[in-house]
Amino acid sequence: MSNIGSYEERRKDFSWDIAKEVLDWKEGETLNIGAMCSDRICERGHGDKKALIWQGFGGQKRTYTFNDIRVLSNGYARFLQEQGIEPGDRVCIFMDKIPGLYISFLGILKAGAVAQPLFSAFGDESLEVRLESAGTKMILTTQKHVKKVRKIQDRLPSLEKIVVIEGSPDKLKEGEIFFDVDASPRVEQFDVYKSGPETPSVLHYTSGTTGQPKGAQHVHSSVWGQALTTSWVLDLKEDDVYWCTADPGWVTGTSYGIIGPWSLGATQCVLDSGFTSAAWYQFIQDNKVTVWYSAPTAIRSLMRDGDELVKKFDLSSLRHLASVGEPLNAEAVIWSEKVFGLPFHDTFWQTETGAMMITNYPGMKIKPGSMGKPFPGIEAGILDLNTHQPVQEPGTVGLIAFRPGWPSMFRTYLNKPEIYRSKFVGAKPDAQPEDLRNDESLWYVSGDRASFDKDGYYWFVGRDDDVINTGGHLVGPFEIQSALVEHEAVAEAAAIGKPDEVNMEVVKAFVTLNPGYEPSDDLELNIMNFIRKRLSPLAMPQEIEYTKKLPKTRSGKILRRYLKALEWGQEVGDLSTLEDD
Amino acid sequence: MADEMKDMVLEYVIDEYVDEDDDEEVGYDTPLISSGIVDSFSMVSLKVFLEKKYKISLPDNEATPEAFDTVNSICELVKKFQG
Repeated sequence: MSNIGSYEERRKDFSWDIAKEVLDWKEGETLNIGAMCSDRICERGHGDKKALIWQGFGGQKRTYTFNDIRVLSNGYARFLQEQGIEPGDRVCIFMDKIPGLYISFLGILKAGAVAQPLFSAFGDESLEVRLESAGTKMILTTQKHVKKVRKIQDRLPSLEKIVVIEGSPDKLKEGEIFFDVDASPRVEQFDVYKSGPETPSVLHYTSGTTGQPKGAQHVHSSVWGQALTTSWVLDLKEDDVYWCTADPGWVTGTSYGIIGPWSLGATQCVLDSGFTSAAWYQFIQDNKVTVWYSAPTAIRSLMRDGDELVKKFDLSSLRHLASVGEPLNAEAVIWSEKVFGLPFHDTFWQTETGAMMITNYPGMKIKPGSMGKPFPGIEAGILDLNTHQPVQEPGTVGLIAFRPGWPSMFRTYLNKPEIYRSKFVGAKPDAQPEDLRNDESLWYVSGDRASFDKDGYYWFVGRDDDVINTGGHLVGPFEIQSALVEHEAVAEAAAIGKPDEVNMEVVKAFVTLNPGYEPSDDLELNIMNFIRKRLSPLAMPQEIEYTKKLPKTRSGKILRRYLKALEWGQEVGDLSTLEDD
Repeated sequence: MADEMKDMVLEYVIDEYVDEDDDEEVGYDTPLISSGIVDSFSMVSLKVFLEKKYKISLPDNEATPEAFDTVNSICELVKKFQG
């Protein structure tokens, strides 16, 4: 029997208070995610249960119990306090998927600070933009990644502390601090910050079509949404061994790679090494993984490596599979049923929603290729593309929208309330974030297009904007274009997503060159590496097309949609605003 | 020829992935991916370099972190696809 039981019954009589019942949480208890994922699990008698089974490159392995997680996160929390970190300060976590990432995340929350995890493959420019925007006070990093911080620290007056938690202390530069929680005394007692439901907890950055990335601010009461969806959608039970393949630099890695499973006291595994199909299957076999939450890009890569490879491993421990990040194609669902005897359950949500919104459930019929149905307690709709009124007719493509008010909803974009307001259809011009998120007469618009069928299943169509979804990560074209024109050879640039069999989309750039530069393979590679180092490998164009001129409107705006339509073989649409030759 | 390729790949790796202030020595057998010198996400650009430089196409299922872990193993892979 699945945790959710009957989806239809759950929808009929739903309250978010069910999350408190699932967690056996009583009014008056401190609502602090850091403590809920560690101290509270120990208090309930599970201190000796495995919390984290970690494996890195070269087969390194470490295992931590919930009691280890408790005292080590206490150690981080106390260290932060000693360093002058105060409640509400932003503390960035910038490292690979090492144990210190997971444990420091809880320590930051226990100290009342805001955790700002950033993807460790970000280049110095991507890092700078996000640290500057957040006014980040401290960064926790490793010897491997601190070099990128050193390049930008002089331009970040708010960044007071650079802390290296792994590596060699004798390689630190002046002013940097080394902190090895494992070598420090275990901190049995820590006075956890008494956060409330609306206390800021996690800050995740997300890219849009225009402007720089925005910080989606989450709060401690997000745990209700994350815990309940983990229970009902991922179906985690007492004895499960769970593997979320996402990196906590992105929201899946915190909502479902830390908060959801650990608030429920589940054992989880982390593999911190590059992807190979064989290594992943081996990891499942070795750890007897039962519940696996992954991404379409990885699933399609596994498919590509064939059925025979699957047969070389004992994967019989698996009992439930789910996927997130981009639409899961029907072929992948059918393939997983064939080779694992289990279908992947697609889940749809985003950084801003904080938790799953439209998903497939254990026990509910899966229509391969569909996103599934709205989570109980979530009112979803499809809005007409022009009028923004809810459509009633099945099969009509429109904007995916949600009535605000679910617990894990982002509370604002940090320092950008006007952009937050623009995400709500029907918002008054002077409405404040706290009004918007509680007004159930509004619609929060996700930025994606879909339709629903006569049975209430939703079907993803695509983004409603130019944001590029590569391997489940959103990359903003503006950021890429801005970085491209910083290259000495590039005069103008446009970045779009081009179709890719495995990653759904990869970045393609169109550039015009400055006088004195000629197109060549070497220049193309040079520009690619320039973007990789400045932004990230995800933002790196995998193809650069040299052009004499970019299509623009008469007002001079580059027409990305025109380039994208040509790339995807679609109708180019209305070109009446195109600049004349 | 083979040594020429090794030198070229090594030079590229040092130029693109090793910081100027880094004092670690990188040779033909130095682990690149498993030591963190080359981030696994950055393998894509190394793959593009090899494909453009040697006019080959490396299938994704061959361009694994293991195959890219040292200059020697990278050159083995390139030679396999040079025909």
